[in-house]
Amino acid sequence: MILVVLEHDGKTLRKGALEALTRARALSEALGLPVHGLLMGENAEGALEEARRYAAKVYLAKTGPYTAERFAEGLYQAGKEAKVIVAPSSRQSRAYTARVAYRLRAGLLEDTLESWAEGGEVYARRYAYLNRVLQTQKAALPVVLTVKPNTTPLAEPLAEAGQVEEVAVPEVATVEVLERLQEEKKGVSLTEADVVVTGGRGMGGPEAFGLVEELAALLGGAVGATRAVVDAGWRPYSEQVGQTGKTVQPSLYIALGVSGAVQHLAGMNKSKYIVAVNKDPEAPIFKHADYGIVGDVHQVLPALIQAVKKLKD
Amino acid sequence: MKFIAVIRQVPDGESRLKIEGGRVSLQGATLILDQMDEYAVEEALRLKEKHGGEAVVVGFGPERTEEAIRTALAMGMDRGIHVVAEGYVDPVTEAEALAEVLKEESPTLVLTGGQQADWDSQALGAALAEALGVPVVAWTTALELEGETAKAKHDLDEGAEWVRVRLPAVFTTQQGLNEPRYPTLPGIMKAKKKEIKKVAFGGRTRVEILEEAIQEKARLQKILDGKDPVAAAEELVRLLHEEAKVI
Repeated sequence: MILVVLEHDGKTLRKGALEALTRARALSEALGLPVHGLLMGENAEGALEEARRYAAKVYLAKTGPYTAERFAEGLYQAGKEAKVIVAPSSRQSRAYTARVAYRLRAGLLEDTLESWAEGGEVYARRYAYLNRVLQTQKAALPVVLTVKPNTTPLAEPLAEAGQVEEVAVPEVATVEVLERLQEEKKGVSLTEADVVVTGGRGMGGPEAFGLVEELAALLGGAVGATRAVVDAGWRPYSEQVGQTGKTVQPSLYIALGVSGAVQHLAGMNKSKYIVAVNKDPEAPIFKHADYGIVGDVHQVLPALIQAVKKLKD
Repeated sequence: MKFIAVIRQVPDGESRLKIEGGRVSLQGATLILDQMDEYAVEEALRLKEKHGGEAVVVGFGPERTEEAIRTALAMGMDRGIHVVAEGYVDPVTEAEALAEVLKEESPTLVLTGGQQADWDSQALGAALAEALGVPVVAWTTALELEGETAKAKHDLDEGAEWVRVRLPAVFTTQQGLNEPRYPTLPGIMKAKKKEIKKVAFGGRTRVEILEEAIQEKARLQKILDGKDPVAAAEELVRLLHEEAKVI
């Protein structure tokens, strides 16, 4: 069996789950193994009907709310016989997939861009060295594979609804959540956006981000921020792009007042087109840009907004 | 109390990478203590300074990794253990080997970096926690000891949370947790005399690297002068619309 972790929000499956399904189906053909799905976590039942449309069998593991240990236990209980486990690579999945990979002593193929099977082994391509190197890896079964977001077409539903099987999950003594600090979600999600407009320290202060938001909204994109901006408290951590924040790969990445530190580049250097606006012509970001303007972001940004509006009219 | 930082040596993010025979060659690259692991070393030192006990650095990698272990000793760690392993080893196998060493040490807690700057793997901390049979707190930005437990703040996909966890546990670190100190000259002198125990790695990697290629996309680098912001902005929008066709 190939088991796919169907991440969801309590109502619908996440995009990453549909990408993972597509990968699993391709491996299923090559390995001759059926694809089953797994729902875990809070309000998993809410996504059950949708999940049944994508997998011939859906395991429903009553883990309770997320902790790495609870999800690892749920995944292990449903997937201990699996030859391949496929999960979206989210920050949370990395903790539980690694735990289960250890428990199964499986080959762990992380953050894969593509994957295929040949001769009973699984191959994958992924980035390494802070996204600068493309690596081809191979592992014998069993394999745990995580799928980098926005790399794979979304799965189509099946003709027939799948069966449901409940999975007993033993109680795990684990971390006690004291307080969850939710961030308000608005607009397109950063990792899924096709356009990302990021502000750096060169924006000067939190108030300047009103215009960043305006440009992002005009282009149907999401707002990003650099580590320095987040550390200064101008923007929430959820918007951070870079090695310690989110990795994005949009068609268009606009970096405003961003100098271009290696840690930031690691989070966005795979964008199709990179645009930079910075008053320092020596800023490293220009070496990584397709288009750029050397100029004062406080003058260029309002002009950019006007120019985009003009184009749209 | 015993605080352990697990570290690796990696190429500096700024250094040029070369490909030889379809694999990355680190010849000529500047090799450093992984910056993410530096936060782990710093946190172990701070915990020791506050609560007493011992701070131990455990390094995994080829002979040259000893340099990174010495850096951690120069920052103030008490002693080192080096699991000597050549070539690529996947995180599951690495965790298996490290767990053997860590079990003997019975640490109060273990810290390691959230992501490795060479393999880009984020799995080691969680795999290590599984190997030790303890909880993991990933991407920690605050950590306090409270008797037999620790209170920590860490990042999730959306937002963050405060958790309380029974010790021992594994914490993966990231920027923001602390500001790592620099090794001092007396620190470097003392580090030379500190013990580094060598342990041979006997495992076999479960994942093989077949090929590596540099993926730095050639960029167009059409940079406009913004002295006239309106003209530059209009030209940029025209290029994005007509040439790149992204808006």
